[in-house]
Amino acid sequence: MTEPLAPWARVECALAVLAVDPAGIKGLWLRARASAVRDRVTAAFPPARRIHPGIDDTALFGGVDLAATLGAGHLVHSQGVLADAAPLILTMAERSPPGLSARLSRWLDDKGPCLIALDEGAEAEETLPSALTDRLGLFLDLGDLGWSDTEALALDPAQIAAAKTLLPSVTLPKDALQSLTSVAFAMGIASLRAPLSALACARALAAWRGEAVASERTLRHAAELTLAHRGDLPDMSEAEPDPEPDTPPPPPDPGEDEANQPQDDADRLPDDVLLEAIRAALPADLLARLAAGRAARSAKGSGTGAVRKGNHRGRPMPPLPGTPGSGKRIDLVATLRAAAPWQPLRRRGVDTSRLEIRKSDLRIKRYQQSSDRVLIFAVDASGSSAFARLAEAKGAVELLLAQAYARRDHVALIAFRGTSAELILPPTRSLVQTKRRLAALPGGGGTPLAAGLRLAFELAQQTRARGMTPTVALLTDGRGNIALDGTPNREMAEADSLRMARALRAAGLPGLVIDIATRPQPALRRMAEMLDAPYLALPRADAHRLTSVLQAAMGG
Amino acid sequence: MTQPFPFSAIVGQEAMKQAMVLTAIDPGIGGVLVFGDRGTGKSTAVRALAALLPEIEAIEGCPVNSARAQDVPDWFGAKPTKIVKRPTPVIDLPLGATEDRVVGALDIERALTRGEKAFEPGLLARANRGYLYIDEVNLLEDHIVDLLLDVAQSGENVVEREGLSIRHPARFVLVGSGNPEEGELRPQLLDRFGLSVEVTSPRDVETRVEVMRRRDAYENDHDAFMKTWRAKDSALRKSILAARVVLPGLKTPGAVLHDCASLCIALGSDGLRGELTLLRAARAQAAFEGADTVTRVHLKAVATSALSHRLRRDPLDEAGSGSRVARILTETLP
Repeated sequence: MTEPLAPWARVECALAVLAVDPAGIKGLWLRARASAVRDRVTAAFPPARRIHPGIDDTALFGGVDLAATLGAGHLVHSQGVLADAAPLILTMAERSPPGLSARLSRWLDDKGPCLIALDEGAEAEETLPSALTDRLGLFLDLGDLGWSDTEALALDPAQIAAAKTLLPSVTLPKDALQSLTSVAFAMGIASLRAPLSALACARALAAWRGEAVASERTLRHAAELTLAHRGDLPDMSEAEPDPEPDTPPPPPDPGEDEANQPQDDADRLPDDVLLEAIRAALPADLLARLAAGRAARSAKGSGTGAVRKGNHRGRPMPPLPGTPGSGKRIDLVATLRAAAPWQPLRRRGVDTSRLEIRKSDLRIKRYQQSSDRVLIFAVDASGSSAFARLAEAKGAVELLLAQAYARRDHVALIAFRGTSAELILPPTRSLVQTKRRLAALPGGGGTPLAAGLRLAFELAQQTRARGMTPTVALLTDGRGNIALDGTPNREMAEADSLRMARALRAAGLPGLVIDIATRPQPALRRMAEMLDAPYLALPRADAHRLTSVLQAAMGG
Repeated sequence: MTQPFPFSAIVGQEAMKQAMVLTAIDPGIGGVLVFGDRGTGKSTAVRALAALLPEIEAIEGCPVNSARAQDVPDWFGAKPTKIVKRPTPVIDLPLGATEDRVVGALDIERALTRGEKAFEPGLLARANRGYLYIDEVNLLEDHIVDLLLDVAQSGENVVEREGLSIRHPARFVLVGSGNPEEGELRPQLLDRFGLSVEVTSPRDVETRVEVMRRRDAYENDHDAFMKTWRAKDSALRKSILAARVVLPGLKTPGAVLHDCASLCIALGSDGLRGELTLLRAARAQAAFEGADTVTRVHLKAVATSALSHRLRRDPLDEAGSGSRVARILTETLP
């Protein structure tokens, strides 16, 4: 059986593939924090231009170089980075907005040879948009690699050149296409781009290794490089137990492997062999990450803080002096108006009839836009209140969701029960996801009210940093009995929740307290006062009434 | 630039292909929305469509692709009269396109260097008489959506900004694609699409292998592959052209109108746009099949894509609206 690639050997293979056939493989998704190990990898990249997520259209596609144009008196164009078909490196890729990823995807589909995305996401959810991850063929995660695992990388230019010459004539075994496709399918990879990347990768890797026909080992490694990160594995229980799960695989030795391989693999289906390679290459937390919800993984353009007084959209505001570029757009009329009074002066002594515009005349546009609203539901799912009322709370959230959808509001859901609070649903506008999570919301246990408030507070701060306007709706029966540190102490719990309420108020977060106890709770009224939030006792709320109350509280 | 993947070589995804062919026969149907997973050939189909469509006759150099010399807008300045053939425009509207780029704006170049007030047409002008393609339409900025809604409705782009006052025709077929997991579409925009189809990844290995095989051949054996499929593409183009000729003469029996209405009532779709689109699509389908009369069969063939996005949204309904249409279709029109 062919050994899977050792982590560092995998890095080397990926880079070789990238160097040999950048246009076929389309790119590399490199997930790693900035580190010496990453520097070792980036040092071996092919020469490429670096771009950042905040790059604007002029820089991407080119445009009028205004300052040069004014100086020269005739039009001077600047060239964009997408104009020449050279590889690009996208730094801080996890912060790229959907607009940029759509443009880069289009460029990759069209003529762009390849894109290397440096993803420095700290959390599993913080990663680049799926439009890009789907297109970039290779994936490397350097998270588990220490400095001692690595060595200097140097791809031999002569070998690359030889591989490039060999590439057009490389063929794959007859059943390779079939088996790669079936493997991708068995892994539950829906996108058909994945097996295509695997094919391209197999060809490039074979060329790199000097094989005229890709060997089974090369196919395995290609599958490992391109498919492992994409999918879910088929039921593990069906598979035979992994013989040596803990020992790290030794680095592959080409000569030896080639010799042993045929008889070892003769009695196996090639698909299984490929699958096994992938399983060995899986990062340890992948299954956990998948379990946590695949949909939540992709960035939805929320990585960048939305500019509220921006230069792009919204209601126009008076123009300001400034230089266009990097997202700022010129306000032509204001610019001409600023230049007009100076024309006689400026034309004096110069024999010209053209408009004399100086850089100081330039005016840029500004717009003001109201930000997206996000409604954070903190729902008490404890045993005391919730068994009867949880269903009602769910109903209200669901009804409100339909309206939030029409108004383009975001909704987030926090549940607190037992000893802690949990973010059930990060801010989203997706009806489908919300309904799924809501239906699965469990109930029972103590009432960690303070923990719920704390999580709501943190989430509100986060969303605010992204430029949204949060509102917190607290649905509880107020009998908080678990303190912030998780101990069941009613007095401490009370004090903690009041402290959190003060913090919420100090942050100026608008809120709403809905009492879902069977009888109105004076303690909750006090908390609402502390929050400076409307208090509503709904002894027998039905979901419809709850919704109308919420709407009134949020100002329609 | 290499030639796009041939339309007829796309494996499966019949609903999507059918919808695109129908809008090619009758642009009045009003656009296609393709929703589905990544890597299911949405973008490929649109690019392929551009190559498939018959050429149009337009005045040379006209910024809005006018068919007649008197339609060339005044702001263009020159008055060309020569008619040339050009491919049907399929214009990409990238996400995050600025308003200037979409509707057009004052031509900064000419204003600054020559002091002239001139209009620089935007994407809407270029898309006139053709297609406007929006990938990831559900992620489009709200203010661009608002602009599009208005123009798609009126067929005219009105620019009142920066001291310009200009209008030009902007009749185009809107094609949108997206992934519903990432956000949904406003009902107002949904309604502007005549047909909507959901695409999913093929569920059996054989189909998937066939997709890979064709794609692989396209990339690595380009010339031979294109030669095989170009013939099929041109046959399809011929039948689209033939259908366009037949379309005006088609007979629509009263019973079919009745079927349309009763189906829409049973589904409870808002407004009458549902009926009208359904009928147009059924007529195009009949013309494509070479029939001389629209029948219930044609109606049934297009009902799901014409109606599934017009239903009142039921947040508690887990099953897609497509299955709801199919169920009521069998109940109402046995």
